[in-house]
Amino acid sequence: MQLQVTNSPFNQEQVELLNRLLPVLSGSQQIWLSGYLAALNSTALPAANSPIPHAVPAAVAALSPSSQPEPSREVTVLFGSQTGNAQRLASGLSKKLEGLGFQVILSSMSDFKPNNLKKIRNLLVLVSTHGEGVPPDNALPFYEFLNSRKAPRLEGLQFSVLALGDSSYEFFCQTGKDFDRRLEELGGKRLCQRTDCDVDYDESVAEWSERVLSTLRGMMEVSAAAAVGSTLAIGNPIEAQASSLVPVDGLLVEEGYSRTNPFKAEVLENLNLNGRGSDRETRHLELSLEGSNLQYEPGDSLGIYPQNHPELVDTLIETMGWNPEDPVPVNKKGDKLPLREALLDTYEITVLTKPLLEQAVRVSSNKALRELLEPGHEQELRAYLKERDLLDLVKDFSPWEVSADNFVPLLRRIPARLYSIASSPKANPDEVHLTIRTVRYHAHGRDRYGVASVQTAERLHPGDSISVYIHPNPNFKLPPDPNIPIIMIGPGTGVAPFRAFLEERGETGAEGKTWLFFGDQHFVTDFLYQINWQRWLKDGVLTRMDVAFSRDTDKKVYVQHRMLEKSQELFQWLKAGAYVYVCGDEKHMAHDVHAALGLILEREGGMGPEEAGAYLAEMQQQKRYQRDIY
Amino acid sequence: MTQNPIPPQSAPPSEVEHIKRRSNYLRGTLTESLEELISGSISEDDNRLMKFHGSYMQDDRDLRNERHRQKLEPAYQFMLRVRAAGGIVTPEQWLVMDGIARKYANDSIRLTTRQSFQLHGILKWNMKKSIREIHDTLLTTLAACGDVNRNVMCNPNPYQSEVHSEVYQWADRISEHLSPRTAAYHEIWLDGEKVLDSQEQGKEQEPIYGPVYLPRKFKIGIAVPPSNDVDVYSQDLGLIAIYEAGRLQGFNIAVGGGMGMTHGDPKTYPQLARVIGFCSAEQIIDVAEKTVMIQRDYGDRSVRKHARFKYTIDDRGIEWFINELQERLGWKLEEARPYHFDDNGDRYGWVKGTNGKWYLTLFIQNGRIKDEDNNQLMTGLREIAKIHTGDFRLTANQNLIIGNVTNQKKAKIEQLAKNYGLTDGLHHSALKRSSMACVALPTCGLAMAEAERYFPTLLGKIETILEGAALREEEIIIRMTGCPNGCARPALGEIAFIGKAPGKYNMYLGAGFAGERLNKLYRENIGEEEILETLRPMIYRYAQERLAGEHFGDFVIRAGIIKAVQSGLDFHE
Ligand code: SRM
Ligand SMILES: Cc1cc2nc3c(=O)[nH]c(=O)nc-3n(C[C@H](O)[C@H](O)[C@H](O)COP(=O)(O)OP(=O)(O)OC[C@H]3O[C@@H](n4cnc5c(N)ncnc54)[C@H](O)[C@@H]3O)c2cc1C
Ligand SMILES: Cc1cc2nc3c(=O)[nH]c(=O)nc-3n(C[C@H](O)[C@H](O)[C@H](O)COP(=O)(O)O)c2cc1C
Ligand code: SF4
Repeated sequence: MQLQVTNSPFNQEQVELLNRLLPVLSGSQQIWLSGYLAALNSTALPAANSPIPHAVPAAVAALSPSSQPEPSREVTVLFGSQTGNAQRLASGLSKKLEGLGFQVILSSMSDFKPNNLKKIRNLLVLVSTHGEGVPPDNALPFYEFLNSRKAPRLEGLQFSVLALGDSSYEFFCQTGKDFDRRLEELGGKRLCQRTDCDVDYDESVAEWSERVLSTLRGMMEVSAAAAVGSTLAIGNPIEAQASSLVPVDGLLVEEGYSRTNPFKAEVLENLNLNGRGSDRETRHLELSLEGSNLQYEPGDSLGIYPQNHPELVDTLIETMGWNPEDPVPVNKKGDKLPLREALLDTYEITVLTKPLLEQAVRVSSNKALRELLEPGHEQELRAYLKERDLLDLVKDFSPWEVSADNFVPLLRRIPARLYSIASSPKANPDEVHLTIRTVRYHAHGRDRYGVASVQTAERLHPGDSISVYIHPNPNFKLPPDPNIPIIMIGPGTGVAPFRAFLEERGETGAEGKTWLFFGDQHFVTDFLYQINWQRWLKDGVLTRMDVAFSRDTDKKVYVQHRMLEKSQELFQWLKAGAYVYVCGDEKHMAHDVHAALGLILEREGGMGPEEAGAYLAEMQQQKRYQRDIY
Repeated sequence: MTQNPIPPQSAPPSEVEHIKRRSNYLRGTLTESLEELISGSISEDDNRLMKFHGSYMQDDRDLRNERHRQKLEPAYQFMLRVRAAGGIVTPEQWLVMDGIARKYANDSIRLTTRQSFQLHGILKWNMKKSIREIHDTLLTTLAACGDVNRNVMCNPNPYQSEVHSEVYQWADRISEHLSPRTAAYHEIWLDGEKVLDSQEQGKEQEPIYGPVYLPRKFKIGIAVPPSNDVDVYSQDLGLIAIYEAGRLQGFNIAVGGGMGMTHGDPKTYPQLARVIGFCSAEQIIDVAEKTVMIQRDYGDRSVRKHARFKYTIDDRGIEWFINELQERLGWKLEEARPYHFDDNGDRYGWVKGTNGKWYLTLFIQNGRIKDEDNNQLMTGLREIAKIHTGDFRLTANQNLIIGNVTNQKKAKIEQLAKNYGLTDGLHHSALKRSSMACVALPTCGLAMAEAERYFPTLLGKIETILEGAALREEEIIIRMTGCPNGCARPALGEIAFIGKAPGKYNMYLGAGFAGERLNKLYRENIGEEEILETLRPMIYRYAQERLAGEHFGDFVIRAGIIKAVQSGLDFHE
């Protein structure tokens, strides 16, 4: 743990002196020193003699009773997050700021009172993008307020945006960009430039947070001494350092297994839930968490680091005429692995993105590729990127006279896949169950394999193990009160978390009524976990269930049709305060179900379209309408 | 005579009796069960009633364990049995059955040992549609199963056409007279408006059966000598047509036959019906009705295993029955007329009827009609049905007759049959042509071993032995069932196998070639190996020592290999 200019308020010379001194001080010497410094400060600043941490703001307040516009030590951190990344990063950042003596207000955009905006001096926004370039559910109301005429002028606001996204989507980090633009329009000044993060965001997040922190600190220089003084005054500088000076996972200070330090979970069970003759394959995967200390709750997801398909990797290496054994870098630190291993475990080779092509063109002499990237070819480019992978790229735009270790670093790191956990830890201690639908399709003359799902279907057997981490999802949780009724809408694999919900309610003996809507193609072969639901219906853990099998009848029926058939009862449940949970397909299902809910409110509640929309927004605000969609 | 549906002497009625009584004439909660969408099954009680409507809930037993592991319920499905007295249907009706089989069932039709159709693998939600289509083509599934009179069998007799048509009329009228009257069938399947009725109105509802119907299934079959294809002695009520110079005189009446038994329970046994007299054709409806009513009143309603008519009679003696019957009839039966049976098999190939029309008897192995790569049985029959102007006749041996073919159509049908690999079986061994196996696995819930799916393999191996012994053209009645219920009438096989456990069978020998004598247990619980080892020496010996025209069943008795069975009562001795 070394003091640096970047992670402390000292300049280079001070840092060197301290770094020479601190390590050789004995425990008692350290305590004496900190006491001494504290005493010094207390005489210098009479108001700040309290030894408790809260002395910090006190000290600050006292610092400049008369001074003119004084940089505020108050920082507001707002996050908008669907699947929890932005939220995790935001709370990590807050911890770090507090560690540095800032006074932090951390809040989800949905809990934030928009009219407090005027009072804010320093604002940090961490927000992801979902759907086809739309804000996460819990960012929507704030997003709309900010873009409405009601939005206040924000002169005097300093802000910076961290945008989370995925460059394989057309509207990359759109929501982050929107906030960044809008805050400026309203008169805000940038603390520092926005950073757009791709799915492998660790390094860019670390870079952005360092910039933000040093800028903030820079403005604090004047009062820094006091801050640090009082920080040390906490009495245990070692601890103060531990919490503030060690950046792990970009921002988060995590112990034990985590996204960046995944746990190798053993496969206990892996079976196909679809009966013979089904067009689908859906894997029920049971993993052991024994000895990992990993905790999760129903509604959380599990992250899995998959391995690329060996065939694809080998064909790729062959096509490029590379040597599978050649060592190639696997991170910015410059660690190396044999090419084949790196392509199997480290790099993404199944998705093409604009940024990737823009880099690839630099190591290629291919005219066609250059043209494709020239302005005016956006349409073609978008079309080309769709459903193609690295093998297509290198074949379509040969020749390549680039070595593996020059080419491979252009690739994104292979992102973990998230899976809604289908089990309750209360019902299955030390286990986690997943419901994984195999992705296989044919495109551009080749069979394509979903990386994680096909690995699960074909190359993951009981006894094998796979790298996983818990991905908490605070935005998809059972109601705090077990007596509150819940309506669960989860066709296809969307039903997974509801198996966890019902296991949980079964274990805890919750009294609240439960209603599940499920659907898939065929009753006989695709009724996922059928005997589980049947048992819960018998036990009363599940109050009622409605199913829609789209391919059993001449005209297709989906869950939203069943909901509308039952609109009256469903409205009664809503009036009784039921929570609504939607999980599964984001492209169509989530929209159709949302529309159905609106229609039910109009039909049964006599509301107009706007009113119904507002009602649903309100429900979302109150967490009575939660979605886990993908 | 008592109208009390439950005989005074009997112990408390079995659960099934309560279900029937509660059901309000076979309604129960079937309608609700059919609308419940979370399971493909129906409740056990409703399944009991379902049988009366001609259907059984089953599940694909091949998939049971696999699906349980997959967290899926058993592959519930329904077997639908379609009744047509004497097994005669029109080409239009055939096409409807063919359509339902392909739309809702498992792409196959099963011709049964009682001249009915069975469809397998129909899902709950397709039951109403299926039954509606069957009803619209003037066929029915009502009373194809259940504790009522079942499909009335009748020799399809190709060669004495006018005797046949007359006998057939009677089969049809008996069938009509004894079908249930409840409106439940219309209400549940055909959306007929609800007819409110209470148990008190019982007599109007079911003048013959009453509110609890019969203690057990009841079966009637009519034979036209010299053919005993319907195994007339296996029927609860067997009728033997007596005719002189092509004119029907009336029927000899035989009562108390049945095949079913339970392994290890000697109180259950197959039995042959006994001839008790003769009545004129016009009196036959009356005789049938009174016989059914006697069984209704005296049959055992507490122990279903003991509830068949054969036990009702054997417990009280045949004399008791004759008196009870004549008392209820109010007149006496005449003395039985002489008759003679040659065999109980089918005559394959083309024959010309006395009406100048043609009849083609096709060999359908185990009654299973479906397309296979080598022969397109189902398609072929569909094509024939499209142009055929006569009728289709299901035989009691699971075969099919294309009947009343005009001279003009004969060549065309012959051609179609050839194109699609339909066969009169004449190129098969006589043994195979004389074989029957029940359905058993995977659909039959009671099967203990394979039958339909395995029998052809075993037959093939026995054929090799026969060829070695130069007996390829020797007709030997050989039958197999997957359990002792006896659906392929195994107790009447000269050689028979009854399933005991997967791959294991009891072997029986010595039945009469014309279905006039029961066989007897020869070896217990043996597998293929042992079956063949046991048969080989016997067959060679038969080839050398048989007398002129001596059938295998008679030979094994004369040779002292097995004892002759005189009555079901000494079947287990
Ligand atoms: C389809 C058929 C066999 C075939 O290969 O053709 C058949 C099939 C079944 N029979 Fe049978 N029986 C069939 C003719 C017979 C016969 C032969 C006959 O009637 O000439 C018998 C022996 C005669 C008799 O009744 O004694 C017969 C005696 C039984 C029994 C035993 C009855 C008894 O007295 O113990 C049962 C079991 C029961 O009723 O409890 C039974 C039950 C069954 C069931 C419904 C099994 C069940 O109860 O769950 C079988 C359905 C299997 C399936 O998946 O299709 N089946 N069954 C025959 C349909 C006849 C029809 O169209 O109505
Ligand atoms: C919060 C969350 C929870 C999730 N929960 C679950 C869950 O419980 N169960 C589950 O199965 N999945 C779940 N997913 C989806 C899962 O994370 C993976 O995206 C999915 O399994 C595919 O991953 P893969 O590596 O197998 O396929 P990839 O290699 O990632 O390929 C998937 C991509 O292939 C393309 N594609 C897929 N099908 C087709 C097609 N038919 N035609 C053309 N292109 C196609 C699409 O671009 C798709 O994005 C969840 C996702 C999120 C974000
Ligand atoms: C259903 C879905 C849709 C997405 N759509 C976009 C998109 O349009 N643009 C984008 O840049 N990222 C998109 N992403 C990627 C997410 O923004 C990225 O995974 C981010 O890390 C999620 O952060 P969060 O957990 O805080 O919501 C999408 C992700 C999902 C699951
Ligand atoms: S004999 Fe037994 S196994 Fe065969 S069909 Fe009848 S009940 Fe089923």
